Amino acid sequence: MAGFNRVGRRKIADALFVAFCTLAAVIALFALAAILTSLLVKGVSGINLAVFTQSTPAPESNGGLANAIVGSVLLCGAAMIGALTIGVLAGTWLAEFGGTSRYAAVIRFLNDVLLSAPSILIGLCVYYFAVRPVHGYNGWAGALALCLIATPVITRTTEDVLKLQSRQLRESGVALGAPFWVTVQKILWRAAGGGIITGALLAFARISGETAPLLFTSLGNQFMSFDMSKPISNLPAVIFQFGLSAYDDWQRLAWVGALLIAGAVLTINIFVRLISQEPKRS
Amino acid sequence: MTVTPASTDPAPLARKAAGATFDPIFKVLCASAATMLLVTLGGIVISLGLGGWPALSKYGLSFFLSSTWDPVADIYGGAGPIAGTLITAVLSLCFALPLAFGIAVFLVEFCPPLLRRPIGIAVELLAGVPSIVYGMWGLFVFAPLFSQYVELPLIAMAPPGSIWEQIVQGIPNGSGILSASIILAVMILPYMAATLRELFLTIPQKVRESAYGLGCTTLEVIWSVTLPYVRRSAIGAVMLGLGRALGETMAVTFIIGNSHAFPKGIFDGGSTIASTIANEFQEATSDLHTSALIALGLVLFGLTFSVLAIARALLGAPKNG
Repeated sequence: MAGFNRVGRRKIADALFVAFCTLAAVIALFALAAILTSLLVKGVSGINLAVFTQSTPAPESNGGLANAIVGSVLLCGAAMIGALTIGVLAGTWLAEFGGTSRYAAVIRFLNDVLLSAPSILIGLCVYYFAVRPVHGYNGWAGALALCLIATPVITRTTEDVLKLQSRQLRESGVALGAPFWVTVQKILWRAAGGGIITGALLAFARISGETAPLLFTSLGNQFMSFDMSKPISNLPAVIFQFGLSAYDDWQRLAWVGALLIAGAVLTINIFVRLISQEPKRS
Repeated sequence: MTVTPASTDPAPLARKAAGATFDPIFKVLCASAATMLLVTLGGIVISLGLGGWPALSKYGLSFFLSSTWDPVADIYGGAGPIAGTLITAVLSLCFALPLAFGIAVFLVEFCPPLLRRPIGIAVELLAGVPSIVYGMWGLFVFAPLFSQYVELPLIAMAPPGSIWEQIVQGIPNGSGILSASIILAVMILPYMAATLRELFLTIPQKVRESAYGLGCTTLEVIWSVTLPYVRRSAIGAVMLGLGRALGETMAVTFIIGNSHAFPKGIFDGGSTIASTIANEFQEATSDLHTSALIALGLVLFGLTFSVLAIARALLGAPKNG
């Protein structure tokens, strides 16, 4: 009888545990569904042609998000060019030259820290070095901040995918008599290309929603502007400003902006997960 | 006849020489790119240190102890935001940890194979949602519901004069310490779930199967085989989540209520270091105000750096836990 009770208790405990785990997964799915639903409900109704053709309006008047979209694209584009250059080279150094040296270990550790460092601190740092000395908020500072956020992501993926390439690939380059940098450029980077692009897309998704560092680097601009040396508008900052405002039409535009950003970011994320491999159980 | 090889020979030789001379340059290029990362982190420390020095040297220890934050009188004490940061981060960890653990176990152990991939992707998408979208959603969708269905009933239920009433103090408008912690929990949940899941996948199949073979239930396998196997790294994963929660900015700024006083209860408005900087930096009225905000940034950097360093040390170390 005692034995039966113990088995019963164990089974009940196990069933409760299974129920709890399933419930946890359901809660996460529910949260995602709730966020997406409210984005669609509040955002879709505000989407019209004016959103993409007109600049951000004064309160209580009509307008769109065209300047913010253009600004975000410029900022993210410039940031990605910088981040890809630095990130791929740094990743190559870690994988091909750094090896197990002490300096490489330090860089790897710092990269990991930067990977999850609060973005607002990177914004403060850029403000101190690139905004304060020139006495003016400017687009380049914003791009620099985004670049510093994207670089660790690309460095990490580049190192990881390069390390996956086989030794034979490197030997074949050497056997052809190619200098090492040609081997890296023509063979290794191409073989690892898919992985690097994946990393770059994820980095792009991450910085396109970044708000905090832009608030005090590129600030914002009510008008259409292509001049990166002046304050430039960007979607996240507009959402922040309009979302916390008291005007209905500003709030509506904020929801449209949130829908656009979340849509872009989630599309990239889904795309990346679909093309990349699912980790297998060892 | 004999001229042909001689005339073609120098070209490849020259090309080879040119290629070979670029090799060291390439190495230096790569190394300097890697050094850029070091420079970035150094730059953060230097800028925060130099920028925050005027405020820190003026107030000394009282910067951390005083909760008087008064830009009008130019007096700054950071205890409110610092406490808010720690409280929201720890609370959000309390909510997120059990859920993340449950999700990881669900995905590894119980999930029907067909659903494993979609659910895994959905959880990771939660991590992809930009912070500012969480903020909008928290303020306009979550806060009204939270106020109506959680805060008001809890305040009404609290017996007068009890500790319970002390805890649930505050204005029940949906924004405050607890709401911010819940939103934060949703945000760090996917990171922790993904890391824990990867850890669980590293456990050799044989070890788990032998436990099942002894007649263990799933709970017992998880509790006495899986968890001890990954204990050390799992703590690292939790610290990683904590690091993210400490520095999260936009979502918190939307929903925490932005009051600089020391929070009195879980429904009371508060502020975190990051939200204070985001709100006030552009409009800082004096040099001392700017400096005080940067000094807060330095405190945040110290907190996150130590938490992340511990996390990396635990995650990177060989399993011996």
